[in-house]
Amino acid sequence: MSKSPRASGLRSFVARRLLLGAAQTVAVVLLVFALTEALPGDAAVALAGDQPDPARIAAIREAMDLDRPAYERLADWAAGLLHGDFGTSLASGRPVAQYITDGFGPSLLLAALTLALLVPLGFGLGVLAARHEGRLVDRLVSGVTLAVYAVPEFALGVLLVTVFALKLAWLPPTAVGYGTDLLGHPAALVLPVLVLLSRPVCSLSRLVRAGMVDALASPYAAHARRYGVPGARVRYTHALPNALAPAAQQLARTVDWLLCGVIVVEALFVIPGLGTVLLNAVAERDVPVVQGLAVVFGVLTVVLNLGADVVAHRLTPRAGVAA
Amino acid sequence: MYDERFPGLRRRGFLAATTGAAALALVGCGGGTDDAAEEGSSTPKRGGRLRAAFAGGGASETLDPHLANLFADVARAKALYDKLADYGPDLSAQPRLAASWESNKTLDRWQVTLRKAAFHDGKLVTAKDVLYSYRRIADPEQTFRAKASLEPIDLDASRATGDNGIEFVLKRPTAEFPNILAAFGAYIVPENAGETSDLDTKPVGSGPFRFVSFAPGRSAVFRRNDDYWEGAPHLDELEFVVANEESARVNALLGGQVEYAHELNPTTARAHEGKGQIEIVRLRNSAMQAFCMKTDRAPFDDKRVREAFFLIADRKELVDGALSGAGVVGNDLFGKGYEYYADSLPQREQDLDKARALLRQAGAENLKVTLDTSAVAAGFTEAASIFRDQAAKAGVTVDVKMGSKDSYWADILDSGTLCCYRSGAMPIEAHISQRLLTDSTTNATKWQHKDFDALYQQAQSTRDKTERAAVYERMQRRLYTEGGFLIWGFADWILGTARTVRGVEAKAPANTLDWARFDKVWLA
Repeated sequence: MSKSPRASGLRSFVARRLLLGAAQTVAVVLLVFALTEALPGDAAVALAGDQPDPARIAAIREAMDLDRPAYERLADWAAGLLHGDFGTSLASGRPVAQYITDGFGPSLLLAALTLALLVPLGFGLGVLAARHEGRLVDRLVSGVTLAVYAVPEFALGVLLVTVFALKLAWLPPTAVGYGTDLLGHPAALVLPVLVLLSRPVCSLSRLVRAGMVDALASPYAAHARRYGVPGARVRYTHALPNALAPAAQQLARTVDWLLCGVIVVEALFVIPGLGTVLLNAVAERDVPVVQGLAVVFGVLTVVLNLGADVVAHRLTPRAGVAA
Repeated sequence: MYDERFPGLRRRGFLAATTGAAALALVGCGGGTDDAAEEGSSTPKRGGRLRAAFAGGGASETLDPHLANLFADVARAKALYDKLADYGPDLSAQPRLAASWESNKTLDRWQVTLRKAAFHDGKLVTAKDVLYSYRRIADPEQTFRAKASLEPIDLDASRATGDNGIEFVLKRPTAEFPNILAAFGAYIVPENAGETSDLDTKPVGSGPFRFVSFAPGRSAVFRRNDDYWEGAPHLDELEFVVANEESARVNALLGGQVEYAHELNPTTARAHEGKGQIEIVRLRNSAMQAFCMKTDRAPFDDKRVREAFFLIADRKELVDGALSGAGVVGNDLFGKGYEYYADSLPQREQDLDKARALLRQAGAENLKVTLDTSAVAAGFTEAASIFRDQAAKAGVTVDVKMGSKDSYWADILDSGTLCCYRSGAMPIEAHISQRLLTDSTTNATKWQHKDFDALYQQAQSTRDKTERAAVYERMQRRLYTEGGFLIWGFADWILGTARTVRGVEAKAPANTLDWARFDKVWLA
């Protein structure tokens, strides 16, 4: 019974955040539509390429219905979306939903694997460094994570491919030809996941370390120690939860980042995921596909951040997460 | 007709930095031999599966041969289908499904006889299939790329003369009619194939390979057509895989994941040439590199200014810098090494004093021009900045302006005064008709001269080949003296193959018959 006011508080918090999230997604879609329209050229120009015969471009435009006003095209698409219809691609005439489902598997697999390894690795390294604050282990972990964090993904990817795939021949250099059956070729996933992991692990472990160090130096931790509470309990039940709140939010941001990070990794390792679909769609000015992806990315971002906020809310209720 | 369209490059440009880094990481010292894949070839061996990596069009790719736009599309189309003719190494039309062609005296009616060839379902290729295919391409409701090439044919008046004969009626005399049969994307599909979705899901062609499977943006698997009219291919199976990043194609090749990688950078080629790990094949004279001067507006409406620009260019420096040496210098004429090329004209060299004098005569001292460029094609931005420095030596200020990759070709068609330009292989006649006549659809130099148009018509109405060559020479002489194309080089098209791959033809500019011709390739 004593829990109910807190639970209803959480419920209204979640409801407010969901409403806000829906508004944010709509805003993202509108913005993406406006920006894509503002790009020079349209799908017809992109398709005509170096054969920019004006008559041909006009004909393509007509065939794609691009001669209709922008707001009409947006309204049609939005009406379809309400029925769960993402529309059809301008470039191929195939349904956008198919683009998304085809690309979703590989991207999700990469993100899930990365997250599954990221959490234990990031927290483990952070706690390890905090426990040895100021000593050799701490300096080693902090130094290496800072150094790795400074390397851009593509550079790291190229380096890893050169060393592990081409020089040592331990792993395949790309996933070319495996299509969506990546699980059937786990060796091809090692390097992409390593590249995706590299930076989030560093930022996460540094956050956990900083949170732990702060918490361990706090008056309540000192008080707990004075009461004779064992060191491990002080660390893991009193200090760690305080370090987790910012880390959980960082984790949600990491997932956002993963969705962008995969663009580089997918291109480098030839993995046919959402990043590749997005890249092609923007180049082809395939507005319905870009919009469909904007919806998917928008909804994912909102849901993940909401989840992270709820976790933070539970861990440190006094912090009072603002909706 | 084909011109390297490179929408692929719009996409490929994205990770340019990655590519550079890969090249750096892998770089050794250069040097090595040409067309090494041809060496040591013995008797062809049957069997095996070859995987070929191309830059592709992502999830919107299609197998409809009439929609072919990218190199990957064409490579797949030529494995599954045939055209009536195709281009030889000098871009002259070679008979394919057409066994022969013959014109009437006035060159406006052509009788084409088909060879005995069968589609993959066993049905013979007939005149009906040919007329259906051409009418589908020319459909006014549609926007197939080859439509403009087929324009000279009056398809309503053309008719079948029996099962394997077609009489093509043309709207005007066309001496180079066979070029039309070889046009980019003019593939022969079975009658009514376009009315079903079969072209994309289970295509039936007459080409050397039969369809097995296709996943857009990922891979296409084909197998040998044992009944191919020109003899069965050596390979059992052929798989096209899509890898848009050049570094990924090279890595896949080095790692043994593919046996053929299309379109490599000159730096990559230099790093691996003669190293024994992979073979580098250079297809010479594949891509014309140029600057386009708009001849209808200041300052290039004065032919002295155009000539001054011809003399400003240090072509060797451009080839070495922008193409990393992978190419040869140009002489302001399209189609080096192709049929009808005017190779008797002296090679133009840099002459800054003369350029300065010409500019002074034209009253264009301290000239300022804007050079439009874009990362739409390899070497464009490099060529622009090299030329800017060369022009500065003649007192011309060139302001390099970067444009959008995705709309570059449409942007430069009508606006601006000076821009970077490139073109894939096509017959010289096609280059003229598409770009240099008053009613040409992509006349980027705004070269519009009635007397020049008349010369083109004269060439097209001339039956005798030597006489025709003389007319083409006159036209080229004029372009050399005062044209709008400053053609500074011809880039190699670079392929990489595994060491086991044999039979890759090196004397085949990209997009000719023997380019990406996997029915002649075998694995040792």
